[in-house]
Amino acid sequence: MTDISMDTVAGAVPRPRRDIGLKRRYAAERRFRIYGMLAISVGLIFLAIMLFSIVSKGYTAFWQTTVSLPINFDEKILDPDNKRATDPSVLISANYPKLAENALVAKLGINPDDKVTIRKLKGFLSDGARTQLRDVVAADPSVIGTTRNVDILAAANLDSAFKGQIDLNVDEARRKVSDQQVIWMKQLTTDGSMAERFNTGLFTFGASSRPETSGMGVAIIGSFYMMVIVLLLALPIGVAASIYLEEFAKKGRLTDLIEVNINNLAAVPSIVFGLLGLSVFINFLGLPRSAAFVGGLVLTLMTLPTIIIATRAALAAVPPSIRSAALGLGASKMQMVFQHILPLAAPGILTGTIIGLARALGETAPLLLIGMVAFVANYPTTPFEPATALPVQIYMWANEAERAFVERMSGAIIILLIFLMAMNITAIVLRRRFERRW
Amino acid sequence: MSLMLVFALVFVIGAVAFFIGRQRAAAHDNGKVKPHSRAHYHGWWAFLLATLPALLLLAIWSIGSSVYLNSHINGQLPAQTAESAIASRTLAASLTKSLANGLRKLEPEAANNLPATFTELQPMLAARGVALAPDTQDYMIPIAVDANRTQDTMQLIGGVLVLALAVAGAVFGLSKIKVRARARNNVERLILWGLLGASTIAILTTVGIVLSMLFQSINFFERVPFFSFFFGTVWDPRFAAAGAGESAGQFGLIPLLAGTLYIALVAMLVAVPVGLMSAVYMAEYASPKVRAVVKPALELLAGIPTIVYGIFALVTLGPFLRDLSAALAGGTSFIQAQSILTAGLVMGVMLIPVVSSLSDDIITAVPRAMRDGSLGLGATRSETIRKVILPAALPGIVGAILLTASRAIGETMIVVLAAGVAANLTLNPFEAMTTITVKIVNQLTGDLEFNSPQTLVAFALGITLFFLTLIMNIFALYIVRKYREQYE
Repeated sequence: MTDISMDTVAGAVPRPRRDIGLKRRYAAERRFRIYGMLAISVGLIFLAIMLFSIVSKGYTAFWQTTVSLPINFDEKILDPDNKRATDPSVLISANYPKLAENALVAKLGINPDDKVTIRKLKGFLSDGARTQLRDVVAADPSVIGTTRNVDILAAANLDSAFKGQIDLNVDEARRKVSDQQVIWMKQLTTDGSMAERFNTGLFTFGASSRPETSGMGVAIIGSFYMMVIVLLLALPIGVAASIYLEEFAKKGRLTDLIEVNINNLAAVPSIVFGLLGLSVFINFLGLPRSAAFVGGLVLTLMTLPTIIIATRAALAAVPPSIRSAALGLGASKMQMVFQHILPLAAPGILTGTIIGLARALGETAPLLLIGMVAFVANYPTTPFEPATALPVQIYMWANEAERAFVERMSGAIIILLIFLMAMNITAIVLRRRFERRW
Repeated sequence: MSLMLVFALVFVIGAVAFFIGRQRAAAHDNGKVKPHSRAHYHGWWAFLLATLPALLLLAIWSIGSSVYLNSHINGQLPAQTAESAIASRTLAASLTKSLANGLRKLEPEAANNLPATFTELQPMLAARGVALAPDTQDYMIPIAVDANRTQDTMQLIGGVLVLALAVAGAVFGLSKIKVRARARNNVERLILWGLLGASTIAILTTVGIVLSMLFQSINFFERVPFFSFFFGTVWDPRFAAAGAGESAGQFGLIPLLAGTLYIALVAMLVAVPVGLMSAVYMAEYASPKVRAVVKPALELLAGIPTIVYGIFALVTLGPFLRDLSAALAGGTSFIQAQSILTAGLVMGVMLIPVVSSLSDDIITAVPRAMRDGSLGLGATRSETIRKVILPAALPGIVGAILLTASRAIGETMIVVLAAGVAANLTLNPFEAMTTITVKIVNQLTGDLEFNSPQTLVAFALGITLFFLTLIMNIFALYIVRKYREQYE
């Protein structure tokens, strides 16, 4: 527009242009464009903020503070009456925390008779020390009477303090770590026995009321069982249904009814599937509550429409010439489908299946209704035993009050997102790699 | 004979039939007569004849025998249990059943000389890791032993019958192998039935959803009047203490429905303009390079599970808005941490990719000629979009919005974490309101009693939700389908 005005200035007689509101219209055009860019940035900025907020809260969950202590497995404490040869249960109920406490007292150089100071040690080490030391003894009973270095978990509050998440300038009465404990913490840090180590417990522990000994081992196994069940059921059933609808079904009432049902099921709220599972699988068929098997069945029903829609698109994309060629060479219709169409449609089917599985992995609501919100401390050995799932574990940690659980929860979200991203990227790569243009 | 063993044996018989059948069919092919089917189809037909009827019998037998066993146990329970309430009778039967299951874990020696009282038996079972309800009665022990014996006999008879049927099927199938036998057609017909069966699962699921919720809802409406559920304005279900009888809670749908619609409205106010504008920009303005980056990023936003959004609202956005409002108002926060605004905002962002991907498809489906015509007449791009493309795409976009709204209404995890549980009736978006889905989750987590209105109301809520979304979905699909026909 500047060019035009320069031009008119240079001309001898400026010819008046008819005002068609060009300026206004171009400004509107620019505004419209900016609105579009703003809209996209809103989504992207929100994505960035959300990921940042989760990662910044959760990355510390992958490290856990431990104290390396020379534990003296004192026979006098573990087995004072020397009965373990006849009664092995002595070693199960023995006073293991005392061992850890003694070691800590010696390490910090506290006078063993100073009961008042020793009492302040309460809440320094995790209560999980009991099981930790018991497992050491159970694995190797000959350790009794000797001294061995063991990395004992620090309590959750100490862990938070060590990671700098507790503001130590706050008045002592209003924080969960006492001044004395902070001094000890610094003492242990300088001599190198207190340090952060990679938190394997986050991946292996089951449910626990203490943050430092709770992990998502049970949830990972439960989710794994469910994914296997969904894959084993939804993929064959979905592919079979799609083949029927796409290749064999004649236009008619039944076919229409099935199609309307599939399209509608794809849009039914997921919680409704939970109600179905509760009332049919658990209440009517009497399957166990909280079991991964029931969760898998519910998620299968939920995933089926996704897989069917993707598979039908993949089957429809195979050109008719392939069908004609196969039939022309004397193949039966069934042979044509299974030997020619299906292999060509496989990448599309696989992509749809992975996306369906990813959605099932992140689904929470229906699992809440079939009782997967459960405190499960032990690994389920079969899919019929109580288990939890990754997103349900996240939900349960979200309902805990303690700060350390928020850290664990964010860590669990990071892991869930990594799983989902890996699945989605696999799907995208598969699609790119095997996509054919006919 | 255990179920798994019979199952495995049937398959072994089937596999043997397959191999023999294939070999026989191959031997028949002497080059004189052209065989109708290839050899392995004969094998498969023999396999199917051996396994399918046998497995069908196995299924019927195991269902039948468990029904028989139940009535067998019920018949043996002493009369005084029969006289008391039906609940305690079914309880007695289930106690006996779990006792019978527990007895199976005992060593054979211990099982042969069982103690007569449950107090003696309990430690023996506990040692094998079997925990039983303490109110198991002594008289149940002989019944349980007898039940186990009956079950063993039934399983043995059933197993023998099933295996005999499998062998008979295999022999019959193998005897039918001839050069011109139409084995392929037989196998393919069965496969076709299998395919049809798989596709009817969609119908069965819908039927299952409707029936299961309908039964429980009818149960609920026997206890709570229809009218006071749908038009009640107070939600106060009051969980009755166990055994205290039914306390009359109030189950008014209106506050929940209002909360659901209000939060969905806020979400749609965020999602529709933003999603639609993103779709327009991506379809009409963005260069291929920008598209290649932004599209996957938006898909990523769509792939994040809703629980993550909910937790973001609960942990980050809610407290942030509360503190912000406190800073603005100087001390007192007028936005609660759990509020309609928080839940609606986050849900809106979750729905952005849904709106944008649905409307992207619709916008790109508008024919090129309409665009070119408008641009050729001198309209700017934005004028073309606003005055030509969007009106042409309007039915499709309305359909997309309806589909998105049904997602918003049925969304659970975000509102469970971010909207609060108090059933208020308010117009203030800074306060907490609750939704239908939140209440379904609340009523159904924890201990369940399938005869109290507190539990059953969840199914009434569920069926309301189902039909609400069903109507929106069908209407949306109808609009989208009708629109598509215009240009194709």
